[in-house]
Amino acid sequence: MEEKFAHPELRTPENLVYKRTDLLVDCPLSYCPGCGHGVVHRMLMEVLEEKDIASKTIGVNPVGCSVLAYDFMNIDMLGAAHGRAPALATAIKRLWPDRYVFTYQGDGDLAAIGTAETIHACNRGENFTIIFINNGIYGMTGGQMAPTTLPGMRSSTSPYGRDIDIMGHPLKITELIAQLPGTYYVTRQSVQTPAAVRKTKKALRKAFDLQDEKKGISFVEVVSNCNSGWKMTPVQSNTWMEENMFPAYPLGDIKVNGELVK
Amino acid sequence: MAKIKGDIVVNIERCKGCEVCLAACPFTCIAMSEEVNSKGYHFAMKVNDDCTGCSNCALVCPDGVITVYRAKVTVA
Ligand SMILES: Cc1ncc(C[n+]2csc(CCOP(=O)(O)OP(=O)(O)O)c2C)c(N)n1
Ligand code: SF4
Ligand code: SF4
Ligand code: SF4
Ligand SMILES: [Mg+2]
Repeated sequence: MEEKFAHPELRTPENLVYKRTDLLVDCPLSYCPGCGHGVVHRMLMEVLEEKDIASKTIGVNPVGCSVLAYDFMNIDMLGAAHGRAPALATAIKRLWPDRYVFTYQGDGDLAAIGTAETIHACNRGENFTIIFINNGIYGMTGGQMAPTTLPGMRSSTSPYGRDIDIMGHPLKITELIAQLPGTYYVTRQSVQTPAAVRKTKKALRKAFDLQDEKKGISFVEVVSNCNSGWKMTPVQSNTWMEENMFPAYPLGDIKVNGELVK
Repeated sequence: MAKIKGDIVVNIERCKGCEVCLAACPFTCIAMSEEVNSKGYHFAMKVNDDCTGCSNCALVCPDGVITVYRAKVTVA
């Protein structure tokens, strides 16, 4: 195909300003077109590359769409049973305190089946990073309702919308764990715009920097889209997320240096 | 006069046609192709000469398929 507006003369190593990091394996990601998981993977790998800690980092992948994260992140990874990533990460960090350790978990993994592991790891003040991808749904298994599903939100198991009277309230687990003394840094970000992506990267950087201080859990929630589960185009899903998810899950820091942000 | 000029290279075979990069470009430089790649996706392509190499499109691309170049060029 002829590229009409191409400028091959500009494509030199000195002029290179952005390319996919080599810490992402050179293979197609398994995610649906437009899914935020891919952006978070890339920002995470960029942070490890910039800190030059890839060989000293161990990740724990969840069960969920990102179960295959070990295929995409070119670092040491272990797969946990569904929801148990914080327990496995606890063992890894305690056995290898000089390693950087993180879990990467969806909302079904972290806030449903793994609620106990999440809360206790946070309460114990383990020294690893939790990356929490909240798309308000069980993406991998076909879009079932999750604890994080919004009131009135349709899913395959709440086809008429989540009815609070019958199905209970959404669980704001991030606000909940921020109350625990073992969490040191808790923030909520997103990745649907360039500015949001830059902020998420900064938050991830801070979370890994804090592992050196050994003051407890650094927790980065990323409110993300699941356009397949939400039955929308990727662009529609990002707008829907801004209009509906952000009011319920407001972006910004929740706890900094062990203090709740007022 | 010196001017900042940018260029992007889209990995066409890896593009999933999600269109997320379109809205991220401040200069509407990107549109979707008429053709499709081997997976059947329309792919992102540059459609004007206004790119400054700001990298916004590359940052939001879920599949990380955009490479960005930027240079100062002299124009008459
Ligand atoms: C013990 C166990 N129970 C249930 C499942 C089925 N299962 C697989 S992924 C998943 C939920 C994934 O949702 P989430 O963590 O939000 O990840 P997403 O796919 O949305 O990123 C469930 C219930 C399983 N694999 N193992
Ligand atoms: S099902 Fe949802 S979370 Fe899973 S890859 Fe597709 S869009 Fe992403
Ligand atoms: S680098 Fe910036 S100006 Fe160029 S196409 Fe991408 S978003 Fe548009
Ligand atoms: S954001 Fe990436 S995958 Fe989506 S259309 Fe643009 S280049 Fe293709
Ligand atoms: Mg989910």
